[in-house]
Amino acid sequence: MAFDKMELKDIEVWDGNYAAAQAMRQAQVDVVAAYPITPSTPIVEGYAKFLADGYIEGEFVMVESEHAAMSACIGAAAAGGRVATATSSQGLALMSETLYQASGMRLPIVLNLVNRALASPLNVNGDHSDMYMIRDSGWIQFDAFCPQEAYDLNLIAFKVSEDHDIRLPAIVNQDGFMTSHTAQGVKTLSDDAAYGFVGEYKPMNDMLDFEHPVTHGVQTEEDWHFEHKARQHNDLMTKVMPKIQTVFKDFEKLTGRKYTPVEKYDMDDADVCVVCLGTSVETAREVATEMRAKGIKAGVIGLRVIRPFPFFEIAEALKNVKAIAALDRSSPNGAAGMLFNEIAGALFNTGTKALLSGFVYGLGGRDLTKAHLVALFNELQANADAGKVTTKLQQFIGVRGPKLAFL
Amino acid sequence: MSEMKNIKNLKEFSTSADRFEGANLLCPGCAHSIIVREVLNATNDDLVLSASTGCLEVCTAVYPYTSWDASWIHIGFENGSTAVAGAETMYKALKKKGRLKQPERTPKFVSFAGDGASYDIGFQWISGCMERGHNIMHIVLDNEVYANTGGQRSSSTPIGSSATTSPEGKKSYGEKINKKDMMTIMAAHGIPYAAQVSPNKWKDMVKKIQHGFAVEGPVFINAVSPCTTEWKFDPKDTMHIADLATDSLVFPLYEIINGQELNITYRPKNVVPVEEYLAAQGRFKHLFKDEYKYLIKEWQDRVDEKWAYLQRREEARV
Repeated sequence: MAFDKMELKDIEVWDGNYAAAQAMRQAQVDVVAAYPITPSTPIVEGYAKFLADGYIEGEFVMVESEHAAMSACIGAAAAGGRVATATSSQGLALMSETLYQASGMRLPIVLNLVNRALASPLNVNGDHSDMYMIRDSGWIQFDAFCPQEAYDLNLIAFKVSEDHDIRLPAIVNQDGFMTSHTAQGVKTLSDDAAYGFVGEYKPMNDMLDFEHPVTHGVQTEEDWHFEHKARQHNDLMTKVMPKIQTVFKDFEKLTGRKYTPVEKYDMDDADVCVVCLGTSVETAREVATEMRAKGIKAGVIGLRVIRPFPFFEIAEALKNVKAIAALDRSSPNGAAGMLFNEIAGALFNTGTKALLSGFVYGLGGRDLTKAHLVALFNELQANADAGKVTTKLQQFIGVRGPKLAFL
Repeated sequence: MSEMKNIKNLKEFSTSADRFEGANLLCPGCAHSIIVREVLNATNDDLVLSASTGCLEVCTAVYPYTSWDASWIHIGFENGSTAVAGAETMYKALKKKGRLKQPERTPKFVSFAGDGASYDIGFQWISGCMERGHNIMHIVLDNEVYANTGGQRSSSTPIGSSATTSPEGKKSYGEKINKKDMMTIMAAHGIPYAAQVSPNKWKDMVKKIQHGFAVEGPVFINAVSPCTTEWKFDPKDTMHIADLATDSLVFPLYEIINGQELNITYRPKNVVPVEEYLAAQGRFKHLFKDEYKYLIKEWQDRVDEKWAYLQRREEARV
């Protein structure tokens, strides 16, 4: 091999961006095409530096826009090799056309999406507007709550995405700044162990196999388009989750770190529960523990896999809960929040008596404090005690001005 | 080793093995397929091709069929150049890593796009590919209009042409803006090779394509592609219209090497008046009304000025 290995300590102090870049190095990504955008930029800068220092043998293309970044990633993936990139917010919005094309063309690509608010007003801080915007784009979506998980889920994402039964691109979400720029201890794998886990890239329908020319990205109209889309959805609904479960198990065997599509915390006997994403999961876990000391049986659910949506797993996890709060870090702009709706859909027809309320919080990087969550758990307990939702179904947390509540 | 084809005459050309099949949905008389065949027949090397959304794409890869016996990709309207650049980047990466399945092969990376996908919506993507120095060739099938969507003006549509979004009418002579000079813009990137070609001058075209394949780095080719449907002429007259385009000097054939060395590659023995070129096409029919005849004179002046300019540049070697 013509590149150097890197000696890592068992535990390194990395932020989420560097953790993702290290995972991309260890996976020996062949091509990264990228365009800088805060707060995801250090990921691709990391890859570029590893390349410059001889720790990777690959190609880095700094293109002229995020749309071009994903376009080049699609061309590179169709050519037949391991491909990854990173973006945030406006960058994701600009590349959104190509996200549907990548998944529709069944090309494995790993995209690190460092979650950030969408303009206007322009804002560089973390919320989940970008993640929500492309949730129907046909990509597998993982969510990391901390730098360790950003590292682990990158390795996992390559293995799931590139499997020949799957061949769908995957996004690894992490919170802008809160995860991407916050250094924590990250348990590492050696380069050999990490690459051994991800495995060698096995091309399929690769354009660079000149003995077998292939046509990528055809036209289909009313005679075939529906079948193609239905088949892609079918694979997301039936094949992807079992593959993710298998890869999670393999990863646990290798590292001892256990992942599940629905991450449950103190849910065995929980009366009240918060469902959320990203760094809020860790805050909610801490507050739930404190609520337990006060006699409120609080639990937390964090979604590790957002697409495919773990419909039955989440219904199962919530079946004995009395009151649930769905926390959406994105403005639904005229509807209930995405998590509220997804959970309501999963619980409907299950016979549950659980009370569901929705909360919009943290837009543009506004903090979700422990005090917010204490009040929220108390309110859930009040709902549970009253046997009904005692407030409006949709409330806003942490916004200044008159209290906002709808529905 | 790179292998270029050496086709001596049209008879040989017509029997040369095709990697672009005649089974496609392009209009009878469409110049696109002629140009594509002339390009693909310039080399025996493997090809990695792309098409941007447009006539060529929708007519050659309708599932479950394909007209392409070579690796081919289509993503969207604006990004065909970058699709091929991505594939070329992967080729470099796998070559470095020793993972190419056929390492002895010397593939050529070619992107086909219409003028809409090149002059307009894909402009930034092409500029990016040229600036970054990818070893690709971008070929514009320049029919001066959004033909696939029914004839809307693009920035390649010439003054006086009637397009559906710049129609001639009682108070309008049609398109008001002069055709964008894409050759100059692309050459200004300092790329090793840029050239204008026309399907009627196939030897000139093949020579240029082969030159483009031989150089390292990005190549830009602007190919005039007479459009029977939108230019409004009889499908059997495609080559005649191409002859008028080159021989009236409306579409001069020249090349620019390294952004500075300009060579005129075809000098018509008998220069045809621009009026004849315009008169042969329905899209310019209204220009022959008395009130618009001054526009034909202006056309001729513009063509003469451009020709003089190209000759000055050629002579000055700039």
